[in-house]
Amino acid sequence: MIALIAFYLFAAVTIASAVLVIFSRNPVHSVLWLILAFFNAAGLMLIAGAEFIALLLVIVYVGAVAVLFLFVVMMLDIDFAELRSGFTKNLPFGIIVAFVLLAEVVFAISAHRSGPALSGATPPEAVQPNIVALGQVLYSRFLFPFEIAGLILLVAMIGAIVLTHRKRGDLRTPKVPRQIARRPGEAVKLSKPAVGEGVEL
Amino acid sequence: MITLSHYLTVAAILFVLGVLGIFINRRNVILILMAIELILLAVNINLVAFSAFLGDIVGQIMAMFVLTVAAAEAAIGLAILVIFFRRRGSIAVDDVNRMHG
Repeated sequence: MIALIAFYLFAAVTIASAVLVIFSRNPVHSVLWLILAFFNAAGLMLIAGAEFIALLLVIVYVGAVAVLFLFVVMMLDIDFAELRSGFTKNLPFGIIVAFVLLAEVVFAISAHRSGPALSGATPPEAVQPNIVALGQVLYSRFLFPFEIAGLILLVAMIGAIVLTHRKRGDLRTPKVPRQIARRPGEAVKLSKPAVGEGVEL
Repeated sequence: MITLSHYLTVAAILFVLGVLGIFINRRNVILILMAIELILLAVNINLVAFSAFLGDIVGQIMAMFVLTVAAAEAAIGLAILVIFFRRRGSIAVDDVNRMHG
């Protein structure tokens, strides 16, 4: 009973904040609503018994992705009111697309329901914690996909750095090879200028 | 009693909201990226729900991989957005016509 109430609460807040992500005028507000949606989705997953994924959602999405969005939104100094100008123009088309998609989803669900029921729907006994079970599968059967996921993250990191890195032309950094190649014989010159003459440089 | 269809309904609504967000915010790339995150969140909810209700842990592994790809996609997308803004001074999708595609 309490799980049902919690489910409805989390689901309602998730959907409401997802609506506000799309419809709020200020993108900073959008990001904050997105964070709320992620938190409540984590709650939904917690109810389903996937604790590790729920916490991962909070750490990765709220801690990294949403903050990244927030940084970019605040860093780019954009006139967002001008960007929203096409909003009402696109609204009817978008609503039509959304309703078509919703109808398809409803059809798929009802078709699935009329067919054979969900087979083997026996919840497993909690013999071991979620993280233990996940780790045992992840490091044995899914070892190579796991490594590839790490590779994807590495590529994304290097790609983001390479894309946004820029060489600044106005810096006067020391040129180390030139400094090392410099010898005393060419660095110091003794000269004895005559009276009234200067030193040629 | 929470059933599988409860979760599927929530995920379907989130998915539709994400697609709607892409369509009605077609000029703002940041909001499009956020809508894509919403779509991936809906996918994750579906995976976790199926994993829990079928008693198979593999769904949660797949949810982790989706999470990885979502994080990588957000990082690369925002990096592209930053360099695009630096060069053009705008993030409207309508201005992305340099290649005249």
